[in-house]
Amino acid sequence: MDLKELYRDVILDHNRHPRNFGRIEAADSRADGHNPLCGDRLSVFVVLDGERVADIRFEGRGCAISTASASLMTEAVKGKDRTAIRELFDKVHALLTRPETAADGALGKLAALSGVREFPVRVKCASLCWHTLNAALEHGAATISTE
Amino acid sequence: MAANVSLAAPPPFDAERVRRDFPILDTRVNGHALVYLDSAASSQRPLAVLRAVEDYETHSHANVHRGVHALSQAATAAYEGARERVRRFINARSTREIIFVRGTTEAINLVAQAWARPRLRGGDEILISALEHHANIVPWQMVCEQTGCTLKVAPINRRGELRLEEFHTLLGPRTRLVAVAHVSNALGTVLPVKGIIEAAHAHGALVLIDGAQAVPHSRLDVRALGADFYAFSGHKLYGPTGIGVLYGREELLAAMPPWQGGGDMILTVSFEKTTYNELPWKFEAGTPNMSGAVGLAAAMDYLEGLGVEAIAAHEQRLLQLATAELARLPQIEIIGTAAHKASVLSFTMKGVHPHDLGTILDAEGVAVRTGHHCAMPVMTFFGLPATARASFGCYNTERDVARLVQALGKAREVFA
Repeated sequence: MDLKELYRDVILDHNRHPRNFGRIEAADSRADGHNPLCGDRLSVFVVLDGERVADIRFEGRGCAISTASASLMTEAVKGKDRTAIRELFDKVHALLTRPETAADGALGKLAALSGVREFPVRVKCASLCWHTLNAALEHGAATISTE
Repeated sequence: MAANVSLAAPPPFDAERVRRDFPILDTRVNGHALVYLDSAASSQRPLAVLRAVEDYETHSHANVHRGVHALSQAATAAYEGARERVRRFINARSTREIIFVRGTTEAINLVAQAWARPRLRGGDEILISALEHHANIVPWQMVCEQTGCTLKVAPINRRGELRLEEFHTLLGPRTRLVAVAHVSNALGTVLPVKGIIEAAHAHGALVLIDGAQAVPHSRLDVRALGADFYAFSGHKLYGPTGIGVLYGREELLAAMPPWQGGGDMILTVSFEKTTYNELPWKFEAGTPNMSGAVGLAAAMDYLEGLGVEAIAAHEQRLLQLATAELARLPQIEIIGTAAHKASVLSFTMKGVHPHDLGTILDAEGVAVRTGHHCAMPVMTFFGLPATARASFGCYNTERDVARLVQALGKAREVFA
């Protein structure tokens, strides 16, 4: 078990300086996520332009994995449409859970999360933001839980 | 005279020898010798307990209280013998006051449903503290919903101590029950339960003590304490999971209806009328956890062999050492600094979320609990989502404290 694989520089950087952090008061959609295991809570705010995510921000408190994953996610999905985001979510999910998955080129910086799969109890930390975004895009306002 | 003095001095507590009684402590975790600092969640079991359970399962198991055959008699003797062992351990008057349950949670729910629910109504109050584990909050919220009574919460101060003045203000003629922890699982605070019980009784209220975190660290004498109900778990007491004890004063238990119906809790059953069994079996519907009870009795033998007071003194030394060591680390904040604490050290590290801290310590072989410790209101009070919690048992040593400090250094490196 290699801590450096989990806490890569990209992860530590996005934890310390999360991108797109904060609220969007005039968001078209918002969802709240909660991981009862560690008490992590985060909210995702989305501005839509048709099918496309024109702007996205998140706020909340969480561990380094959850904060960095949310930060990386906002960078990755901004400007993409729902279909592309769903495809990206599937790739991230495979990266987090399937040991044999090689990092897909389309993942870009999100590939830094691959170390998480060696730490099964931490997978939920990395996936919380994606489930929350999914809730915001599918259902509008909702609270989702990892449990 | 000198010889008498040396005879009277207690032998030094030999934790290294104690460790040899716990085979699981030889486990290697992520390439390191295990440092187990999570006994407040569940303690490990000594060989004496493992063997007692194995011996029961190998030689004495059948159903209890039923058959005339030899094994049923052996099982009944083992199970009821365990009850007598518990009675002696906590100094109850009678085995009729010892109800075997699954654990502290079930014990509290039993009192909530069989004592509180039939008696309380709108206007009545249940008083708890802000330090409680969810198991001593939620059952009372359920009773409030069922009966219309009100839950009152006595506040704590920034050190994590009960604010006694406010507690006494909240205690009044409407208070029917006070339900408090003996020791806080999240912070380690030891509550002044004797004074709480006396004050509650002066107002005509009954008292339930959640002793899950106290019984492993102090000698319990329910008669001296004067508690009406006292609940604790086997698995925090070096015994098996799935077994625990509700102590209740006999006259209270006798006046309570059963809370679950089934086999073993009845004397006669017909479709017209069923008569209930005597205490304590009235509250033990269904086939009980015999091997668990036997294991718990063995754990009590083991603890008394080491000396409950000697264990408590050893853990207190480790707690003080760890507190002093962590206080020297600039990034660490200790959460819960009560004057009286037992065996629990809750803390946060600046810039490192407790969940990350838990992962890094685990990579170093150090097992601590991270999270809200089933005490979310305590976390909310301190404005924290979670803490890391190191807790000490009879098998921990100064070396374990040193390894914890070393692993915290590693966390600081990773998040530098």
